[in-house]
Amino acid sequence: MVNGLCGLIVAASNYPLYVHEPESPVPRGLRARLSLRPSIRPLANTTLTDTCSSLIVNGLHGRLAGPFDLGIEGGECVALSGPSGVGKSLLLRMIADLEPARGRVELDGVDRDRMPAPAFRRQVTYVAADAGWWADIVADHMAYPERARALLPGLGLADALFEAPVATLSTGQRQRLALVRAISQHPRFLLLDEPTSALDPEATARVEALLARLREQGTGLLVVTHDAAQAVRIATRRLRVTPGGLEDETP
Amino acid sequence: MSPISLTPMELAMAAVLVLASAALSLRLALGIQRPLLVAAARMVVQLVLVGLFLRQVFALTSPWVTGAVVALMIAAACHEVGSRQERRFQGAWRYGVGGVPVGVATLGIALLALATALRPDPWYDPRHAIPLAGIVLGTAMNSASLALNGVFTSVSRERAAIEARLALGADRYTAFRNIIRGAVRAGVLPVMNQMAAAGVITMPGIMTGQILAGMDPIESAKYQILLMFLLAGGGFAASAGSVYLAVWRLTDARDRLRLERLVSRHGG
Repeated sequence: MVNGLCGLIVAASNYPLYVHEPESPVPRGLRARLSLRPSIRPLANTTLTDTCSSLIVNGLHGRLAGPFDLGIEGGECVALSGPSGVGKSLLLRMIADLEPARGRVELDGVDRDRMPAPAFRRQVTYVAADAGWWADIVADHMAYPERARALLPGLGLADALFEAPVATLSTGQRQRLALVRAISQHPRFLLLDEPTSALDPEATARVEALLARLREQGTGLLVVTHDAAQAVRIATRRLRVTPGGLEDETP
Repeated sequence: MSPISLTPMELAMAAVLVLASAALSLRLALGIQRPLLVAAARMVVQLVLVGLFLRQVFALTSPWVTGAVVALMIAAACHEVGSRQERRFQGAWRYGVGGVPVGVATLGIALLALATALRPDPWYDPRHAIPLAGIVLGTAMNSASLALNGVFTSVSRERAAIEARLALGADRYTAFRNIIRGAVRAGVLPVMNQMAAAGVITMPGIMTGQILAGMDPIESAKYQILLMFLLAGGGFAASAGSVYLAVWRLTDARDRLRLERLVSRHGG
């Protein structure tokens, strides 16, 4: 029923949805999600997102980059690569409506301009590589402290860090806590800018495992990464950012 | 109650103090004799001109002339607030962001005082309206300058924190909450200090002047209290008004941070 509805939404959409172009195969992530569905269990303190979501980017361009066309469904992970300065972060920021841009972005077929920007960003949440902190203590940044706290062990973070001053944390701890801060708000889509750039291999593996679980729950991921091996590990589709748009790199 | 009138001779005796300071500065090679004498001369010329000017304005008792003088004072304050900032908005916003709240606060507070507490006859009597507008304007201008400086210097430093809050779904005023709080406080702080220290650490200028001019200390204290309340209100209104206006201009209707609207004093 859910999948039938999903097809309906896609069929009714006038915008090219990447995964439904005839020549492109059904993405592995979507297939994986469908086959895994009976065995999916909600995480502790989280709810299972059981609705089909779609994020469609159509002709999005800023002064220096674009136009970009892209469609992501819940449960998919799209990796973005490309040389420094080509506009990968800019693209994520434009999708999150943090940067003025021309073009359309639709969430579940609704133009983002028809909803308040804060409401849209709670559904489509951007996490910078070195995200900012506005209060002294970690816990004061969390909109849902219990949910956030429950995510700490999975990322190899001590529970005591929750009450720690931000100034005492390492870059890698801050990077994972910024991820916790965003994930605990249960966004439908996460736009992650090099989420493991400051992490050692073990912490990186934990983050990748968490991202995989989010996908199983139906969260859509758009991840900028410079690590080609990581892109292969986590992504259902791999795209290369060029000044003029996106190129499919999925084999 | 009759003020002791000063003669030019008595003023000249006081001027000897400035001349002696200048001579000492020359003797000790401190190098401040020139700016000291220039500043003293400027002060004398400015105050005498203002005195002559106000004498004419007071004699006229015209609402239009009074209004024009107040408008000129507000325009000068707008220019001051706009040009004191190291970082500022482009175009008319440079003056508007501080000038509009300062002007509105000054006019509002001055009219309120003229209509309720002071009630001169006629209400636009320049002898009351002009000094009142002037003192409120001075405080409002200082408050707005300090508050805007607080916003403009912290917004670049706090950019990542503001954007993190916006990205997580905060609206623009929530994302700026820390900056708004700090900047309004910075703007109001001098007035609060002035109130707290009044009479204990410093003798307020108005009261000192009135007592020297022969007024009863209790009567002058009452005047000072009224003025302090007016200044506190004016300082707060100008701070809060200019801070919210600046935040409104630093963001857009889609709750995006628009730092490119801010430019540095020296180019770009």
